Amino acid sequence: MNSQWLQYVASGLTAGAIYALVALGFSIIYNASGAINFAQGEFVMIGGMSAVTLVGAGLPLAAAVPLAVLAAVVVGLLLEKLAIEPARKADTVTLIIITIGAALFLRGLAQLVWDKRVHALPAFSGDTPLRIMGATVLPQSLWVLGGAALAVAGLSWFFGRTLFGKAMLATSYNPLAAQLVGINTRTVLFASFGLAAMLGALGGVLIAPIAFTSYDTGIMLGLKGFAAAMLGGLGSFSGAVVGGLLLGLTEGLGAGFVSSAYKDVIAFAIILAVLFFLPGGLLGARRSDRV
Amino acid sequence: MRFITYPVVSLRGGALALAGALVAAGSALAQEPIRIGAFLSVTGPAAFLGDPEQKTLEMVVERINAEGGVLGRKLQLVAYDDGGDAEKARTFAKRLLEQDRVDVIVGGSTTGTTMAVVPLVEQAQTPFVSLAGAVGIIEPTKKWVFKTPHTDRMACEKIFVDLQARKLSKVALISGSGGFDKSMRGECLKVAPKYGIEVVADETYGAADTDMTAQLTKIRASGAQAVLNAGFGQGPAIVTRNYRQVGLTLPLYQSHGVASMEYVKLSGPAAEGVRLPAAALLVPELLADKDPQKPIVTAYKRDYEARYKTDVSTFGGHAYDGLMLVVNAMKRAGSTDKAKVRDALESTKGYVGTGGVVNMSPSDHLGLDLSAFLMLEVKNGNWTMVR
Repeated sequence: MNSQWLQYVASGLTAGAIYALVALGFSIIYNASGAINFAQGEFVMIGGMSAVTLVGAGLPLAAAVPLAVLAAVVVGLLLEKLAIEPARKADTVTLIIITIGAALFLRGLAQLVWDKRVHALPAFSGDTPLRIMGATVLPQSLWVLGGAALAVAGLSWFFGRTLFGKAMLATSYNPLAAQLVGINTRTVLFASFGLAAMLGALGGVLIAPIAFTSYDTGIMLGLKGFAAAMLGGLGSFSGAVVGGLLLGLTEGLGAGFVSSAYKDVIAFAIILAVLFFLPGGLLGARRSDRV
Repeated sequence: MRFITYPVVSLRGGALALAGALVAAGSALAQEPIRIGAFLSVTGPAAFLGDPEQKTLEMVVERINAEGGVLGRKLQLVAYDDGGDAEKARTFAKRLLEQDRVDVIVGGSTTGTTMAVVPLVEQAQTPFVSLAGAVGIIEPTKKWVFKTPHTDRMACEKIFVDLQARKLSKVALISGSGGFDKSMRGECLKVAPKYGIEVVADETYGAADTDMTAQLTKIRASGAQAVLNAGFGQGPAIVTRNYRQVGLTLPLYQSHGVASMEYVKLSGPAAEGVRLPAAALLVPELLADKDPQKPIVTAYKRDYEARYKTDVSTFGGHAYDGLMLVVNAMKRAGSTDKAKVRDALESTKGYVGTGGVVNMSPSDHLGLDLSAFLMLEVKNGNWTMVR
């Protein structure tokens, strides 16, 4: 019984770490533009698929992974430059619709550039499961958890210790005031897409050996990441992490103890309940003027 | 619509009856191509079905035309991509029947798209050969509907027969939430008692799930002697990997839905020892030389792989069988008259295709028996025949 319990927690945390990375991407772009970037899931897909292609081309994993993340960052920056920036003056809803269009475009492009098949990336350090108190954990799960933890630590250093990170934070609190003190909010928006793409692609690469990757993996991971961001409070970084892990855990424990058929139902029911009582999410801003 | 359809049909019937008198009209008709309609899921989640199906239809139609066509007429393929969406499939089928005036439809990559179209073809009285798996398509028998792939019930039965041979009787089911998965799960539950099999666990997972260790941990504690995974897509590969991860060593059975090298590649070493029922097309080289299917599947595999530079899949084979069944029926009927083609399809006997030897009857619009399935086992990353 005890080992079962641990098994559910381990699988829940692995999935949750990926949701958290995707959710962080949502929050970063939301803070910079006030819009939800529905192409966030596609960054995950681009990361995973690029890594598979690069490894297939004979590159070692250690080179393929950073290059794949870089590829997604380039796509993210191009997306901002070509699609979002020209419509900067438009209202949030228009921006959101643009990102939906971009997501469809990227997914279509991926079908052409790559294929419609499912691919697996080799595990970073073998497939032999580790036994931890009766539960079995894949080494790749530790990579996922470690990678996500490093990304979160890096982000908090970036936002707390660097000037540009602070400028991005300032923009999220009050864009007008930030502009008045000399922060270039256009650069902030530009960088936020690159940063969000980096986090998404990192998640995509880390999970690809466990969950595989294909041109349409972005849809579900994007949705789960969005749900996690909402649960934790959109725009809150710690909220994104908490929301992601919580969503993963409820899924894992729900599947184990209640019924695997209702796993998603349980997770989304909890989200609905939280949002009903705390409309801003668990760690989101407490605002009373919501409509 | 009715009003326009009737005169055309009766004119064609009249032309046949008075063939000698109406030579001019007859030859004018003969120049017209035979229209083969198809609606396939070339994109979307079922693209791995529709993509090889479309490629196969194009390739075979081209070959038949190069060889002079059927009944002295060329074949013309009218294909639409329904993206796996039942609603779109219905719209395209309507277009095929009403605007393109096809003589026959070969298509319907998934059970969902097929079932959406069944009422339309029944009403339009046009022969329809489906390429989808579920047994519900031909049971109860529908006058105008046929299908080529083995049913999920046959897969369950084949697996249960193998379990009996291994003297195992307690099986755990784990299935996905797609149409195929659910249908197969239902069929397995239904036929299990007939083979003295007890289902001790019944777990499911979602279509986009990335981790099934929770379900498998439950199965580990259920006292099962073997595990059956009903599903297709990437789910079964994840199940296979998680299966080894949680330390399960019981025999694992997969369905014919993942009978492809892609599944073995995705699962990696975890696939060793996995058994699944599959059609002969997957392993032409393992067939005995006297096997009637051997020349057919070898030729199809060679042509397909030479032309498209990609592995052949069973699903393309279903399309091959569907088109060839129709062509054979037209030749035997000596016409493309819909009712005559339908009757000829229903009386198909001894057709050797990629899926097996087809013997249809008024009560069996599939015409395959359990011998059409081979039980395969993965060894050293490749298929081997069991027994």
